[in-house]
Amino acid sequence: MKHHINFTVNGDKYSLAVDPWRTLNEVLREDLNLTGTKLGCGTGDCGACTVMVDGRTVSSCLTLAVSVDGKTIRTVEGMAPSGEELHPIQEAFVQTGAIQCGFCTAGMEMAALHLLSHNASPTQAEIRAGLSGHLCRCTGYNQIVDAISVAAEKMSESRPEKEER
Amino acid sequence: MMKQFNIVGKDIPRTDAPTKARGAALYTDDMKLPGMLHGRLLRSPLPHALIKNIDTSRAASLPGVKCVITAEDTPKIKYGNWRLFPDTQDEYPLAVDKVRFIGDELAAVAAVDKDTAEEALELIKVEYEELPGVFDVDSASRPGAPIIHYYCPNNISVNRKIKYGDVDKGFSESDYVREDTFTVHAVSHAYLEPCSALAQVDLDGRITLWTSTQVPYIVQCLLASTLGMRENDIRVIKPFIGGGFGGKMELRTWEVCAALMAKKTGRPVKFTLSREEEFLAGRRRHPMKIHSKVGFKKDGTLVAKDLKIQLDGGAYNAMGPTATFLCGNFGAMLYRYPNYRFHGEHIYTNKPPASAMRGFGAPQSLYATEIQMNIAAEELGIDPVDLRLKNAQVSGDKIPDVATISSCGFVDSIKAVADMSGWKEKRKSLKPGQGIGIGCYSFISGGVFNWFNTQYPFSAAEIRAFSDGTVHLLTMASDIGQGSDTVLKQILAEELGLAMEDIRITSADTSMTPQADLGSWGSRVTLMAGNAVLDAARKIKEHLFGAVSARFNLNVIHELECKNGRVQSKVKADYGTSFGEAVAMVQKANRGEPLVARGSYTPRDKGLVTPAFGFGAQVAEVEVDKETGLVNVKQMWTAHDCGTVINPRSVEGQLAGSIQMGLGYALSEQLVMEGGNTLNTNFADYKMPMATDMPPSKVVHVDTYEPEGPMGAKEAGEGLASPTAPAISDAVYHATGYRCKDLPITPEKILQALEKEE
Repeated sequence: MKHHINFTVNGDKYSLAVDPWRTLNEVLREDLNLTGTKLGCGTGDCGACTVMVDGRTVSSCLTLAVSVDGKTIRTVEGMAPSGEELHPIQEAFVQTGAIQCGFCTAGMEMAALHLLSHNASPTQAEIRAGLSGHLCRCTGYNQIVDAISVAAEKMSESRPEKEER
Repeated sequence: MMKQFNIVGKDIPRTDAPTKARGAALYTDDMKLPGMLHGRLLRSPLPHALIKNIDTSRAASLPGVKCVITAEDTPKIKYGNWRLFPDTQDEYPLAVDKVRFIGDELAAVAAVDKDTAEEALELIKVEYEELPGVFDVDSASRPGAPIIHYYCPNNISVNRKIKYGDVDKGFSESDYVREDTFTVHAVSHAYLEPCSALAQVDLDGRITLWTSTQVPYIVQCLLASTLGMRENDIRVIKPFIGGGFGGKMELRTWEVCAALMAKKTGRPVKFTLSREEEFLAGRRRHPMKIHSKVGFKKDGTLVAKDLKIQLDGGAYNAMGPTATFLCGNFGAMLYRYPNYRFHGEHIYTNKPPASAMRGFGAPQSLYATEIQMNIAAEELGIDPVDLRLKNAQVSGDKIPDVATISSCGFVDSIKAVADMSGWKEKRKSLKPGQGIGIGCYSFISGGVFNWFNTQYPFSAAEIRAFSDGTVHLLTMASDIGQGSDTVLKQILAEELGLAMEDIRITSADTSMTPQADLGSWGSRVTLMAGNAVLDAARKIKEHLFGAVSARFNLNVIHELECKNGRVQSKVKADYGTSFGEAVAMVQKANRGEPLVARGSYTPRDKGLVTPAFGFGAQVAEVEVDKETGLVNVKQMWTAHDCGTVINPRSVEGQLAGSIQMGLGYALSEQLVMEGGNTLNTNFADYKMPMATDMPPSKVVHVDTYEPEGPMGAKEAGEGLASPTAPAISDAVYHATGYRCKDLPITPEKILQALEKEE
């Protein structure tokens, strides 16, 4: 028996019938073709599949699609304002060399988004703690930590401007 | 002798990073094609057994299943990377008659969706006759041990011997001789992207394979031979790759199955492994048993070394022969050994095959070297840093039969790392429970030995220059996340005086990019593909220089240059034109023929191992909790010599990444095996370091210029897989008195050692 679910992904509304055992990761990648979200382990250990559900980061590989009925989801594809611009977090990842193979990147950026939305200027230790559910095999994490510091600065510089407008 | 560069050595972001940052980079599993089937593999639950019967009838009749294959559906042709010695090619895509490890592939299913494929696997009935298994080098090499491959009755598939000088005489002339046995364990590459392959049959019967690989050319050739096809009937495309570290450098079963099943069904077929399969059956770093004997003079001068290494190869050779070969070479590198003897044995066991992994034998071989240097230093009453300085290889040193060392920043690296870590002071003054230790490395910049028996250059490049001022670089070099596309673009932009934005690249498509490139492994890409790019670029320049010289009627003694987007006389820049215009001139002179040049690189007359060596030294400071045995690595210092640094952030990223891997190798990572079964098949139980585990780290690039390298560059980041474990191990000894000879260094081992002491 398929279940009918309605949810929003990156501002777009979807209405789907899904098998009850299908994960959010499968639905995003296979049904909606949003392949920016990766699958690194399927057991919630590596963080590569992380997405935002109602403003909180979740492992999409452990989240059943039926459980996001009525919810709002943000994935890496929903971060950049356009095809020609990047989100400040993404810009910082590019600038600091935080991206090597890129397979952990979407999850890392989601973690950064979540962290910076709760803590606008985190310390190095807070950033590292914020990445603790995420594995990277290429970078040794240093440049990812740098990227999030740089992003925090960029975002706090742009914030007051926006408020004035 | 740093040269002045405009683009090389500058802080240039990777050109693939924006695409990856926005989640738009397509990896193999991100792709799907109309009508695509999903493949799954049936794996052996037994470590060693005869296959009496495989019944696939129930699976084949399950609705949605389109194809089920076993070895009977294949041409039963063996493959292996060492084409030069066909005897070493010991692997079938699907097991024939026998399974040799838990996870050995027996059958494959392709179905309309993953769930159906999974269900079909459970319907395949296999009858086995179980055989006794062997799980370590001692029991596998004992007379009368169960035979894993019938062609190899003693289970020793490769014997490698090296000998120079007179080792026995060397020991008799030594004042101090030290003998130790070390064991090192299996670890996983743990690349974040699980392996995946997608195959499709073209209209003319050619198979196109998109696959997560480090070696598209090798996959093309071996897939063709294994399926009894011609090389040109296979097109391999490497999409974005989520890391490899040596674990994706062979033809693999799922690549063969995807191709064969696409052929049989007429539909695209995709296989993607689960993480559990990766840990259970995936390639891994060789566990080894290392027996090392070294002799010194009283003053610390090395006299002789006798090294015996047994590699636990698992069930198939994989890249084990190369690792066996290299272990012996690494054993003779780093220090000057006037008398040296090596005997390496590659031994089959009923475990998942070990293969290449970042360092390719060096992390194991150099662990023994470095720990013994530290033991010897203590017993000779010489500081470990001074003992290394006394014996360090320098530029011009010859390793008999292997190579003459060209650029060498080893001595400077040791001095730099000792200096910045405050070595002399800390070695004396640290409190109990705190320690500081050192480890060093030397590594190759690509291999010279043609084990693949390629008939093409080791690396090749094609450059197409356009009158709009852009150039298109075509190369089979494989960016697997290390950043080679960016580095090759930098080298090309530098040589042609262009900006990064002027370069377009197509890489790693075996039907489009020039034959050939042996792939991304052994730190070969920057040096070899870089040289091929330079070779092609210089040919382009000759054409441009001729056209500009004619146009401005220059005296033949004028030297020209490509600089700032122009082609011009070196002394009078007015005599020149824009790059695009110069291309147009060449094109006009050739009546419309496009300006294209090919370049290549093959190391010749470079000894037996590598054209250039990287060097470095690392110091670790630790604090050990004597109650719990936990090791806290407080700081790492690294000084290394990679020749010219082409992309500083990429080199720093490689360094930090290798510290992560080295930290895991030393302290936390281990594939735990029981009776041939890998017990920890997930990331929660396979403890690889997280962001919170990483120590602060300082790095110094030692300035050298490698004459054989492109613009002076050589290996970076792979050699550094070696020093971290011995540096941490030495620091733990300094802190606690526990000398680890059986990696990893676990709290249990430390506590047991401390109890014994008390």
